[in-house]
Amino acid sequence: MSVTTHPGDVVMDYDEALSKFDPVLGLEVHVELGTDTKMFCACPTTFGAEPNSQVCPECLGLPGALPVVNAKGVESAIRIGLALGCEIAEWCRFARKNYFYPDMPKNFQTSQYDEPIAYGGRLDVELGDGAIYRVEIERAHMEEDTGKSLHVGGSTGRIHGAEYSLVDYNRAGIPLIEIVTKPMVGAGERAPEVAKAYVSALRDLLKALGVSDVKMEQGSMRCDANVSLRAKAGDDPRGAQQLAVPLGTRTETKNVNSLRSVERAVRYEIARHAAVLAAGGSVLQETRHWHEDTGVTTSGRVKSDAEDYRYFPEPDLVPVAPTRETVEALRATLPEPPTKRRQRLQRDWGYSDLEMRDVVNAGAVELIEETIAAGASPTAARKWWLGEPSRRANAEGQDIVTYAALLGLTPVDIAELDQMVVARRLNDSMARQVLDGVLDGEGRPTEVADARGLELVEDAGALEAAVDEVIEANPGIAAKIRDGKVAAVGALIGQVMKAMKGQADAGKARELILARLT
Amino acid sequence: MTDDLTRTTAAQLADGLADGTISSVEVTSAYLERIAAVDGAVHGYLHIDGEGALATARRIDERRAVGDRLHALAGVPIAVKDVMVTQGVPTTCGSRMLEGWIPPYDATVVSKLRAAGMPILGKTNMDEFAMGSSTEHSAYGPSRNPWDLERIPGGSGGGSSSVLASFQAPLATGTDTGGSIRQPAAVTATIGVKPTYGGVSRYGIVALASSLDQAGPCGRTVLDAALLHAVMGGHDPLDSTSIDAPMPPVVDAARAGDVRGLRIGIVKELAGEGYQPGIQARFDESVALLVELGAEVAEVSCPNFEYALAAYYLIMPSEASSNLARFDAMRYGLRVVPERVADPSAEQVMAATRDAGFGPEAKRRIILGTYALSSGYYDAYYGSAQKVRSLIARDFAAAFEQVDVLVSPTAPTTAFRLGDKLDDPMAMYRNDIATIPANLAGVPAMSLPSGLADEDGLPAGIQILAPAMRDERLYTVGAALERALIDTWGAPILSRAPELAKGA
Ligand SMILES: [Zn+2]
Repeated sequence: MSVTTHPGDVVMDYDEALSKFDPVLGLEVHVELGTDTKMFCACPTTFGAEPNSQVCPECLGLPGALPVVNAKGVESAIRIGLALGCEIAEWCRFARKNYFYPDMPKNFQTSQYDEPIAYGGRLDVELGDGAIYRVEIERAHMEEDTGKSLHVGGSTGRIHGAEYSLVDYNRAGIPLIEIVTKPMVGAGERAPEVAKAYVSALRDLLKALGVSDVKMEQGSMRCDANVSLRAKAGDDPRGAQQLAVPLGTRTETKNVNSLRSVERAVRYEIARHAAVLAAGGSVLQETRHWHEDTGVTTSGRVKSDAEDYRYFPEPDLVPVAPTRETVEALRATLPEPPTKRRQRLQRDWGYSDLEMRDVVNAGAVELIEETIAAGASPTAARKWWLGEPSRRANAEGQDIVTYAALLGLTPVDIAELDQMVVARRLNDSMARQVLDGVLDGEGRPTEVADARGLELVEDAGALEAAVDEVIEANPGIAAKIRDGKVAAVGALIGQVMKAMKGQADAGKARELILARLT
Repeated sequence: MTDDLTRTTAAQLADGLADGTISSVEVTSAYLERIAAVDGAVHGYLHIDGEGALATARRIDERRAVGDRLHALAGVPIAVKDVMVTQGVPTTCGSRMLEGWIPPYDATVVSKLRAAGMPILGKTNMDEFAMGSSTEHSAYGPSRNPWDLERIPGGSGGGSSSVLASFQAPLATGTDTGGSIRQPAAVTATIGVKPTYGGVSRYGIVALASSLDQAGPCGRTVLDAALLHAVMGGHDPLDSTSIDAPMPPVVDAARAGDVRGLRIGIVKELAGEGYQPGIQARFDESVALLVELGAEVAEVSCPNFEYALAAYYLIMPSEASSNLARFDAMRYGLRVVPERVADPSAEQVMAATRDAGFGPEAKRRIILGTYALSSGYYDAYYGSAQKVRSLIARDFAAAFEQVDVLVSPTAPTTAFRLGDKLDDPMAMYRNDIATIPANLAGVPAMSLPSGLADEDGLPAGIQILAPAMRDERLYTVGAALERALIDTWGAPILSRAPELAKGA
């Protein structure tokens, strides 16, 4: 059974694909380091600055300019390597990756080739049901980012059909670490989930290291997903029979820039490869572009093995040779590993296993931690983040961190909201309205509450008058309560709240009703 | 001091400026007049900055008048090779690619010259991107040898050598990737020094081959070169390959010039076939003079020098092909929009610009280098060349266990005629045979005149090589030999150069 989703691309039903094929993944994640200056010059790295305002002879590739390695960038690379359990090279060099591109000032990228700073590590990632998948890390290496092209005119924002292009070199030379996995085998049908969980775990790790702001929506963390299929052999994706089957041809899907996209793109490519292979065709080794809006990949550059970057050791730089003492000193600065940290947080916050798993799956651990730090109770922090914001993020196909960042919703906002409830300025339903207002961009919680005129009525007279009116209007219910059926009080509370347009303390209303009728 | 300020050495000018007998404006004006008179015939300069030079000269004279402490060479003018970027002053590297480009920053060497208060007379001609041994690959036409205007002044630094030899500057800067300072010095009877790799900052020097390029001083006397070397050298945090160590005591060595007990090795492989008899004769005489002065001489063998030329012509073009990739019309320099292409893409503009902007020698080396780095060929070419490079460094290390310095002729021949080797790149490349090993190993080397060849009466050069970071030994030997040769010939060799017709 096949479903056409994009002109020219046929995909197979996912379950059917997995019944016939075994997927193998490889993920390459680029992380922009949060150093104050660029990798090879002293230019600042502030995001969103005026185009071409953070440039110098070196990062513009002017004749005669020379690179100088950013020692902080090397430190960050080593710390990332250590946190991933990698070996740290005793001696390694930068290499030039030569190719022409208008947004690359020197027409070569200073990178590392066969001598990465870190190699041979692993990252254990937790899946939604608590299962652990171990991702083997091939290497982590240092390189510099390119500039950014903006294609003007034309409809697609792509170079094709554009009237002219503008280049911003502010990003050129920003330090990048590329983290490459070994082929990820044995995930079977859970491959897309594993891919997402890996990127998420890596993001948490990098954030905990404090080496990057890891904002996928701003491009400070970018993922390329390699997918290939091989014939299924046996029932166990980790079985010897399956592992003996040679790997198939892979595609590299670029521009996968959210956690949800990682999962979707991998899933899509598995289904697409399966359709190609099942029809007796062969998968073309190529770069594919992921389209967030339509949920498909399209063909990019055809990659041949002959693609030749003419790598050679960068002669303008000296080798990086961290002493073992330096490496050990950096190891001592590593934060608590994320899984250990999670266990500690669960204890501190008093969450049940299920509650903690919901928080982890929602990707809200850091948000909740920061919210608690800003003054909210653990229960309130969890309740608010996993409520409307999570629901809306899901509906938008975004992860909560990205979504909150896009809307400008911060942990401080949630703490502020919680404090208004604790201080009895808002009741629960009013607080929900305020949160809606914040999510709709009406301002910070206090501003929204003020603007919408939401405030618990402390005027006891008004509440008492409303209680009296409601009792008078509902003699039947009042009689039941007098006869001892206290549960009926809810009906009266509802009416009181309605009469008060929701701006009353329901607990107070209950007290008053019971005081009059019992 | 002679009456003609342009015939005076830089050291003497410095003394005269210091004691107030002359002013920097007088010296600078004298040189600008000389340039106006003879550079039409020599074509050593690509750009003359008379106004800038005089402004610096006036400022130095004023500062001296109020008693400011000034650098030893303050007020002494200099010519700068056009491969060094100069803020506000055109820098072309002898290429159409950079015609009209005004750099927004100074090379570290240029900053040091400015800080020392040296008026910059102008920018000197060179083979395009320092690729050549004759300046015939300059996009702006060749410079001419003041000894015979129909002959080459050497290259790539033929602009600097020709302005020194025609008294259009007392000092000049150079860069040496395979001999571009030393060979021009040899064929013009001037002094040129390639310091230890990393001894002088490369920041702001347009790269030919990063692992081989080294800037150095050019002058008419050994002491002048040492004084300039001391200004140019030293650690630069902007150049990662710069040596972070004290400068070798080059000026003291040049003033002392004492070779007694010094062990001098003659490189067996840099003699014989291909070396002009007059060159060899002057070389042998120079060695004999050094022995008379108390040096000991031995013959040493550097068997791997035989492969130096081949290794060099793989490593240099490989690095050059990558270094020259930045000239793409996107940000600066020439931009050529291809004709007969509707809506050309950025790639098509790059291709058309590089086709029009690079001369044949640059293209030849870009193609060679691109090929040598290609996957499948890398190990056989670039990889093997790097191995040869280590072997050559090992030859030097072994030799320097036996002797303190090595000597050889600088170039196998005297200046050849313009056009003679233009159609035979291999013959042109072979001219660098004696100078290349020093670049491959990163060791310092000097060329100074050894006399005039009998067969053509043209200058011959002798090369001195020293271990890395022992640059002062070049000046020790150079100063001693210079003195002995003046005694032998009765005057500096350069004083025998023919007088150029003014306004020619
Ligand atoms: Zn910069």
